[in-house]
Amino acid sequence: MATQDKSSIFADIDEGEVDQEDENVDRWRRNLRLWRETLAKQWRMLTDDLMVRLAMITIAFFMIVAVFAPFIAPRGPLTRQYEGDAGIIIADWVEPSFLSSESEYLLGTTAEGFDIFSQLVYGSRAALLVGLVAAVFTAGIGTLVGLTAGYYGGKIDDTLMRIVDFLYGMPLLPTVIILVALMGPSLWNILFAIIVLQWRSTARVIRSQALSLRERPFVKAAQVAGASDWHIISRHLAPNVLPLSFLYGAFAIAWAILAEAGVSFIGLGDPNTVSWGTMLQSSRAYSALDFGAWWWFIPPGICIGLVVISGFLIGRGYEEITNPELR
Amino acid sequence: MSKASFVVRRLLQLGVTFWAVGTVLFFLFRLMPGDPTAFVVSAQMTPEARQQVIESYGLNEPLYIQYVRFLENALTLNFGQSFHTNQPVREVIWTYLPNTLVLMLSAFVVAYILGIVLGVLTGWYRGSRFEKTTVVTALTARSLPTFYVGLIVLWLFGAGLGVIPMSGMGTAGQSYDSFWARIFTLDFLHHLVAPAAVLAFYYMGYPLLIMRSSMMEVLSQDFIDVCRAKGLSERAIMFKHAARNALLPIITAAAIALGYAVGGSVLIETVFGWPGLGREMVNAVLRRDFPVAQGTFMVLAATIIILNFIADLLYGYLDPRVTYD
Repeated sequence: MATQDKSSIFADIDEGEVDQEDENVDRWRRNLRLWRETLAKQWRMLTDDLMVRLAMITIAFFMIVAVFAPFIAPRGPLTRQYEGDAGIIIADWVEPSFLSSESEYLLGTTAEGFDIFSQLVYGSRAALLVGLVAAVFTAGIGTLVGLTAGYYGGKIDDTLMRIVDFLYGMPLLPTVIILVALMGPSLWNILFAIIVLQWRSTARVIRSQALSLRERPFVKAAQVAGASDWHIISRHLAPNVLPLSFLYGAFAIAWAILAEAGVSFIGLGDPNTVSWGTMLQSSRAYSALDFGAWWWFIPPGICIGLVVISGFLIGRGYEEITNPELR
Repeated sequence: MSKASFVVRRLLQLGVTFWAVGTVLFFLFRLMPGDPTAFVVSAQMTPEARQQVIESYGLNEPLYIQYVRFLENALTLNFGQSFHTNQPVREVIWTYLPNTLVLMLSAFVVAYILGIVLGVLTGWYRGSRFEKTTVVTALTARSLPTFYVGLIVLWLFGAGLGVIPMSGMGTAGQSYDSFWARIFTLDFLHHLVAPAAVLAFYYMGYPLLIMRSSMMEVLSQDFIDVCRAKGLSERAIMFKHAARNALLPIITAAAIALGYAVGGSVLIETVFGWPGLGREMVNAVLRRDFPVAQGTFMVLAATIIILNFIADLLYGYLDPRVTYD
């Protein structure tokens, strides 16, 4: 990004205030203070934006739903509510309670006799788990690799970037599909497959940022002063690329949830957990489309859309922090 | 570094990437628990046929010889035969790849024309209500999974109104002399409209958002003020001067995005029953038809790698300021 000078909103904290402090102050406390101030400043900038605030409320809402799912959902997501004739698969569903007065299910039941509303509530768990874990690992691995490659340069940089190039040659969804098909369909395998590919973009961007940062006077000064590589990476480089890491983390929430939904929709989802993707898959498998059972396939898609757009909006809010020209 | 040596170096990298993808694919399928021959021979074969297949794949030889042979074969797209239909994988690829390309290219043309025009306008009318609505719409379009939008379109227009076919690429029972004779029929177009429109709606957001920020950057440059000082009309500045300069990042982004779109064709093809490469890959994976899965995957990856390469070359060609180092 060409806007490094403007984006370095913490340069003042980094070089000014802290260095003037008493040298005897515990290094860890100084470090912590630096990070805390950086984060607080970014938080203020981020929450200034109305759209970002709405997005955060949405994510928070789904987080609460996910945590308290057993209390919110009236029934188990994979508990059959009734047995069909002769115990075979029930190809009959109950309409939602707002359509038929006889029904006691808020959003009706699936063709297998599962309560759709409960599935929807529990589905938020899978989505948020995938989204948040993928975000942390994508941003974490990407930042670490990017900083290492950019700071050291030379052979280390070359090797790491060839790995990134290779990952860029892999199509996301087909790769996840193959990996999951080979490793077995479980939520953790899906998550693993997503993370394996996703850190590539974070690493590439952070590296180019680190390449320009390492030439700047405050890094040179630290080197001359005899600071260790790790000290420079964690204290001087990392705080400056932090907004970018968060940015890619926020986008990773969105992409990971979309990928999980896609893989589940294809039929490679975790058979033991309910996710919004598997709900869409089973609604399609039982031809809910042709029967017009819209209460089965409309709600999960809306939930996916809401969480994903929130991730994008938070990401864009962050982009405006890192690139003030967009403001 | 000169331009020629840049191209040579990128070509070498291209080769290395291909090799890496092929290698990973080879070892993935062979390091799986269980009998490795299970991936190339099906249970229904007679013992003699099985032995023949095992030998023709060199599965009775050491791993490194198998590996070399796999790479040789991969170069010529020779991934063996489908377990399911006994068709050579190469033929499977040539049957399905054009279908994917037709769908993707038509969606992309629409998406990029719309996206670029809307992007120029939103960049120009920055801060207006028009800009905010368009950007939120574009973000929403990118947030809804294509397969979900596809499901809704099928439900509303297919099952509900009955104006679009529920699945496939043409009405059953019709045959055509060639691929080209087929795609220029009204029947084909009728089947193409819904999936292409859903994809275009999804892919539109990307050029739109890039174009918008690119316009903003261009508009803050001095030459725009010069244009104004010369007394040019706003429309001339917007399209002739600003948009033309802002277009640069779009072209390379489009090449890269097209590669990933072909890779991501899996979902839309599954929803609309479009007989493309992505759906074929999914079917092969679900049927555990490993030769087809490997071959189709390799082609999807190759599309991305080659288009990334083209994007790199285009970038240097279009912007003389780019230095090769």
